[in-house]
Amino acid sequence: MNELPGELAYAPTHEWARLDDDGRVVVGISDYAQEQLGDVVYVELPELDQDVAAAEESAVVESVKAASDIYAPVSGTVVALNDALADAPELVNEDPYGRGWFFAIEPSDPSQLEDLLDASAYSEHCESAAQDDGGDEDA
Amino acid sequence: MPFIPHTAADTAAMLRAIGVADIEALFDEIPDRLRSTPSGTPRAGLSEMEMRRRFAERAAQDATGPCFVGAGCYDHHIPAAVWDLASRGEFMTAYTPYQAEASQGTLQVIYEFQTMLCELTGMDACNASVYEGGAGLAEAVLMAVRANRKAARAGWPRTVPMAGAVHPLYVQATRSIVCNQGIDVPMLPYGDDGRVDLTALDGLAAPPVALVVQQPNFFGVLEDVDAIADWAAERGTLLVACVNPLSLALLKPPSAWGSAGADIVCGDGQPLGVPMASGGPSFGFLCSRQALVRQLPGRIVGRTEDAHGEPGFTLTLQAREQHIRRAKATSNICTNQGLLVTAATIHMSLLGAAGLREVAAASCAKTRELIHALRRPRRFSAPCFHECVIDLGCPATPVVEALARDGVLGGLALGPYFAELAHCVLVCATERRTSAEIERFATALRGALSN
Amino acid sequence: MGAQTIFDLSQPGRGAGAQRPSPAAVDDLPAELRRDAAPRLPQVSELQALRHYTNLSRANFSIDSQFYPLGSCTMKYNPRGAHRAASEPGFLTRHPLAPASVSQGFLACLHDLQEILKNAAGMPAMSLTPMAGAQGEFAGVAMIRAWHDAQGDASRREILVPAGAHGTNPATAAMCGCTVREVAVRDHGDVDLDALKAAVGANTAGLMMTNPSTCGVFERRVTDIAAIVHDAGGLLYYDGANLNAILGKAKPGDMGFDVLHFNLHKTFATPHGGGGPGAGPVGATARLAPFLPGPIVERTDGGYQWAEPPQSIGRLSAFMGNAGILLRALAYALMLGTEGERRVGEFATLNANYLAARLKDAGFDLAWPQRRASHEFIITLAALARRHGVTAMDFAKRLLDFGVHAPTTYFPLMVPECLLIEPTETECKEELDAFVAAMERILAEARDDPETVRTAPHTMPVKRLDDVKAARELDLRWRPQ
Repeated sequence: MNELPGELAYAPTHEWARLDDDGRVVVGISDYAQEQLGDVVYVELPELDQDVAAAEESAVVESVKAASDIYAPVSGTVVALNDALADAPELVNEDPYGRGWFFAIEPSDPSQLEDLLDASAYSEHCESAAQDDGGDEDA
Repeated sequence: MPFIPHTAADTAAMLRAIGVADIEALFDEIPDRLRSTPSGTPRAGLSEMEMRRRFAERAAQDATGPCFVGAGCYDHHIPAAVWDLASRGEFMTAYTPYQAEASQGTLQVIYEFQTMLCELTGMDACNASVYEGGAGLAEAVLMAVRANRKAARAGWPRTVPMAGAVHPLYVQATRSIVCNQGIDVPMLPYGDDGRVDLTALDGLAAPPVALVVQQPNFFGVLEDVDAIADWAAERGTLLVACVNPLSLALLKPPSAWGSAGADIVCGDGQPLGVPMASGGPSFGFLCSRQALVRQLPGRIVGRTEDAHGEPGFTLTLQAREQHIRRAKATSNICTNQGLLVTAATIHMSLLGAAGLREVAAASCAKTRELIHALRRPRRFSAPCFHECVIDLGCPATPVVEALARDGVLGGLALGPYFAELAHCVLVCATERRTSAEIERFATALRGALSN
Repeated sequence: MGAQTIFDLSQPGRGAGAQRPSPAAVDDLPAELRRDAAPRLPQVSELQALRHYTNLSRANFSIDSQFYPLGSCTMKYNPRGAHRAASEPGFLTRHPLAPASVSQGFLACLHDLQEILKNAAGMPAMSLTPMAGAQGEFAGVAMIRAWHDAQGDASRREILVPAGAHGTNPATAAMCGCTVREVAVRDHGDVDLDALKAAVGANTAGLMMTNPSTCGVFERRVTDIAAIVHDAGGLLYYDGANLNAILGKAKPGDMGFDVLHFNLHKTFATPHGGGGPGAGPVGATARLAPFLPGPIVERTDGGYQWAEPPQSIGRLSAFMGNAGILLRALAYALMLGTEGERRVGEFATLNANYLAARLKDAGFDLAWPQRRASHEFIITLAALARRHGVTAMDFAKRLLDFGVHAPTTYFPLMVPECLLIEPTETECKEELDAFVAAMERILAEARDDPETVRTAPHTMPVKRLDDVKAARELDLRWRPQ
């Protein structure tokens, strides 16, 4: 697994969250998640000004063979969308922590970030998930 | 053994390879009490000849004279080449084109079909077909409710009114399918002109999520689609247009209705090369604006490139579908009506725009000739297409029964569908009806009415 | 053939002149409702169209031209006699709304089919109207829901499905306004009874199940499963996708199921048509019979009549579903007879177990080697993929080069790198042996020349297609250059 950016917080459902200086929380999916999905072909983003709750389905990311729900890592209001994904969904594969971001939230309770995993805990989480995938009965 | 090729020697060799004594041993995981024992009188298998004889006798029983019933299923001419080609085993006995490289024939036909339907309807995208018109309307309604995010955010009630003269059997099918998702489908009244009366929607607290209108409507009447489309667009209501694809060779495409056009277009493709055949199999089509393409249910074919950069076709947008999205899929549909779509694509290629226009015009003309010959008043005042409601002045059902015994399918008695129209029949004459057949109908009707 | 479309052949002013009716004028259509520009449909001669579509047909694999062991799809021979029987002129020209008095031949056929299917299901009531397996599923779950509502128990809205169920099962439950809960499957492919016991409760509407299951094995404790669900107040739905395995050998009604659908386009040999039409008749036990979708056909003293079940979930199509498919299924059933039906299940199972044994000997890994195959079985190429970097998809594509349609790939999802193989009863031993030989060849290639397998197919009209480009750069219709 590639080096995980240490400044991000991670959800067990493979979203990352970054608290910016302006107080907004930027959301994307991890390198591990994009690799599991394969070539991303479409991202369905939430709407601007939409209220989202932590752990609520807020977006959908599609590859040719799979579709995954994206859960908001914190509660708040959607204040920015990455419109570039409409024409270039491959940014999610190419630059998951940068130009492949999904949306930004104005958090109602920034302390929710503390409930997420740090890089090392998330890394462990991914390794155990990968081991499960090797078994025959992973339903 | 019909259709089973095994010789006794084959069976013995195969059992040896498996390592069991007999075929029965292969069922040893089925508990004994679940094993079927023969019950009732066994049916002896028939030879193909015997089976064909039985079918021929039964089919001959149902032969009727000229058909003047339309109501969603029309007796148009089908070029001989259409079903000669569609019945080729390579089309007829292929499965859904999962292995694209070995299914380019089916895939390209569907791509051509999608293009033709987009041309007829004026819409941006079309799926590879749904089951038929009624179930297709249900899918269109579900799609509209999913797609109208504005309505969902504003908490509008999940109500999708139908114009009063939408095909009553389509309405029934739609209600059976959408009611489980808490979607209400009220009927709007129709006026003396046979057109929908939208004033019934005035004064609602919130506009409907979507509105359904049929053109030409069930009565054969042409709706004022421009006004309806504008009404919907002004309110953020999505407009579902249910259309006869043949009529679109003459009529304005739904994309051009009013200033904004329809959002979703559906209908039944039977007039495009599909025999009446008791109403099925036919096919439904579903078209939409580009913005709604990911809400379309069912298969969709796209053009792409192969590993050498050559063009080819494949199923696409599959992440909408049940095998990937499961409980969150746009629909549970997986089967389309591929063979009927194949026939329709060939039919449209042979007829072309000019041919379809001429068939539509000839059908309209024959229907006018029929109305003139029947000498009964029209029930509705607005212009009609190739179907029309006429008033017999007496209960229509016994008259239609008498006509059928007399060898004429003399229209559809409307009483079972609209109590207030119990004296009315819906009649249709396609381009296939001759003046002699029309005269025969007129004579038979005079006879039936004088009894 | 490249990808020259019918539109590329079009020339202004050309057409199929023999197909045009004599011109007629309609002058009473309002100008504002007429279209101003004609749709851009092809303008080609009759011969051009004929040749174009003949050549396109030849770019397809089909049952008539290739072995097609597509698991869970039952690609058996579709008798031409059945096709011709359903194409009798009297059937093709019958209007769906023709009065019953002049439709007795057609209604008699439907009634006969209802009776044959009731017997095969082991259930006392049958509705033929659903137009596909998925619509049959919809009918079944809607009936379960309606039954609970009629008992005044509207809180039952949860549908259970075993892990690995067909995607249509959860999608159907959602369409019916129900939620879905998965029940785990244990080693050897059977449902985990403890997990099932933990899952059922006051919200359980029912369980949807395929048997033989999507694992390709018969669910041995099906009557225990039925008892657990029934004791909890739920009902059981039988998904008929795999009925070919047990036709004439065992009946879903005897296993405790309350409602089921048939896939006539699988079990009763009607053609798949490149993706449809199908037909998915629904059978029910006595308590669910009043809820069946209509219309059904009743025999009365005055002849055959249409009837609506008293508490019907309603109509699912404008007319009588895919009537022509129902006629083909009847023709097939008549040719089989009772004895022929039983042989279907027997020889479908013989062929599958033979192929499984041969492939095991050839070095392939069966997903459940300790189980009998039903009419289909699963092999997993996971070890091969690890060793040689050749996936199940590569194998599938390479099979096309050997003139064999690929088995179902990557289903069920719980088995990694799997192929689901269903030979059907209508294939002869030589065809099965040729398939084994092709698999052995590809296995050798995977060791010695994996690149050939990874880049397959090599002999199809196109090389491997770019699905990612198709989905990212949507091109869903032809446009003029």
